[in-house]
Amino acid sequence: MDSHHSYSQVKGVSTGVSNLFIKSYVSSKTINKLIQVHDRIFCCIAGSLADAQAVTKMAKFQLSFHSIQMESPPLVKAAASIMRELCYNNKEELQAGFITAGWDRKKGPQIYVVSLGGMLLSQPFTIGGSGSTYIYGYVDAKFKPDMSLEEAIQFSTNALALAMGRDNVSGGVVHLVVITEAEVKHVVVPGNKLPKFHDE
Amino acid sequence: MSSIGTGYDLSASTFSPDGRVFQVEYAMKAVENSSTAIGIRCKDGVVFGVEKLILSKLYEQGSNKRIFNIDRHVGMAVAGLLADARSLSEVSREEASNFRSNYGHDIPLKHLADRVGMYVHAYTLYSAVRPFGCSFILGSYDEDDGPQLYMVDPSGISYGYWGCAIGKAKQAAKTEIEKLQMKEMTCRELVKEVAKIIYIVHDEVKDKAFELELSWVGEVTKGRHELVPKDIKEEAEKYAKESLEEEDDSDEDNM
Repeated sequence: MDSHHSYSQVKGVSTGVSNLFIKSYVSSKTINKLIQVHDRIFCCIAGSLADAQAVTKMAKFQLSFHSIQMESPPLVKAAASIMRELCYNNKEELQAGFITAGWDRKKGPQIYVVSLGGMLLSQPFTIGGSGSTYIYGYVDAKFKPDMSLEEAIQFSTNALALAMGRDNVSGGVVHLVVITEAEVKHVVVPGNKLPKFHDE
Repeated sequence: MSSIGTGYDLSASTFSPDGRVFQVEYAMKAVENSSTAIGIRCKDGVVFGVEKLILSKLYEQGSNKRIFNIDRHVGMAVAGLLADARSLSEVSREEASNFRSNYGHDIPLKHLADRVGMYVHAYTLYSAVRPFGCSFILGSYDEDDGPQLYMVDPSGISYGYWGCAIGKAKQAAKTEIEKLQMKEMTCRELVKEVAKIIYIVHDEVKDKAFELELSWVGEVTKGRHELVPKDIKEEAEKYAKESLEEEDDSDEDNM
């Protein structure tokens, strides 16, 4: 999930990968699904990870070229648009969705959802993945615009912990990326260090 | 700096012994035969003015435009072979549109100037085609980057400017432009000065009637490139004509 507050972004992903077929199997509990496509722009990936990796690899290349041509860091919207073009034009073959988020000089922190078929939508915060269904109520109730950085990190961590607590294929480790104008911080929180709620 | 390039000027793919590509230089001469177009960048926008010579009384007023809309926020004023200019305006439109389609936001003007410049340059490389016989001035306004002005010539090179002129009276126009303090002016003030400059450089003897085409893009138009509204244009033309009369009067006094 993603949330942004007045001057920076917090992206959080909990990983648990399950096999597409009937026998559920977690191939890894610790993979990082936060891919960096530029200095201050990251993508959360979902769906077929092979497709998602292929798309982000292509997007990273196109974005890098675009940024050099523009002689300035790319806009988050530009990164999201590149992802959208790739998803939309190849929708028959691909099965991957993304949350593209980051910081740029023009509009500050932004979050864009690029869905499976190639829809592009800007949001103040967003959640995705199998565990997200369990936390819609929580995030809708608890989200406030213009949170401070600490509040945003706490909000994300709580939401992920709750989802991991209920979804059988979510769990393992939480990867958090905090993106600000000044820096990018990658924080890894193991499952046992997450906040505990009722029933745990 | 005219010289005949006999033998080395038949195709754009040939250099002369002194390192010039004559076809490109001849293309620039084609621009110099056309009537003047100027573009000036001020504090909060860009204003274009074109001296559109009327060759026949039967022309419909306002037809044969020399200022084009390339994108919502970009305008282009041209001089030279109009057919070439129209084709390049289509190319610019496609570039701007593709950029928006791929990257989701307005094309930065420098990038557009570079891309169209690259296209123009491509036609200076081969003997199978001739270079474009037109120069054009691109202008835009954006809240974050402010006003921008670029000029592209037939060689494909582009420079950023605070003020530039192309066409037959470009030298005279440049002199007038240099007198202005455009960095401190607003679009409303500048519109009148642009009209005045076009009136000043217009040669009454050689070219009789002309129509003034004025357009602007800036804070005053909320970032959209548009033709200057009729009332403001009339006010600007009135100012231009009055300034000319004043100068005539003062010349008479001096005599």
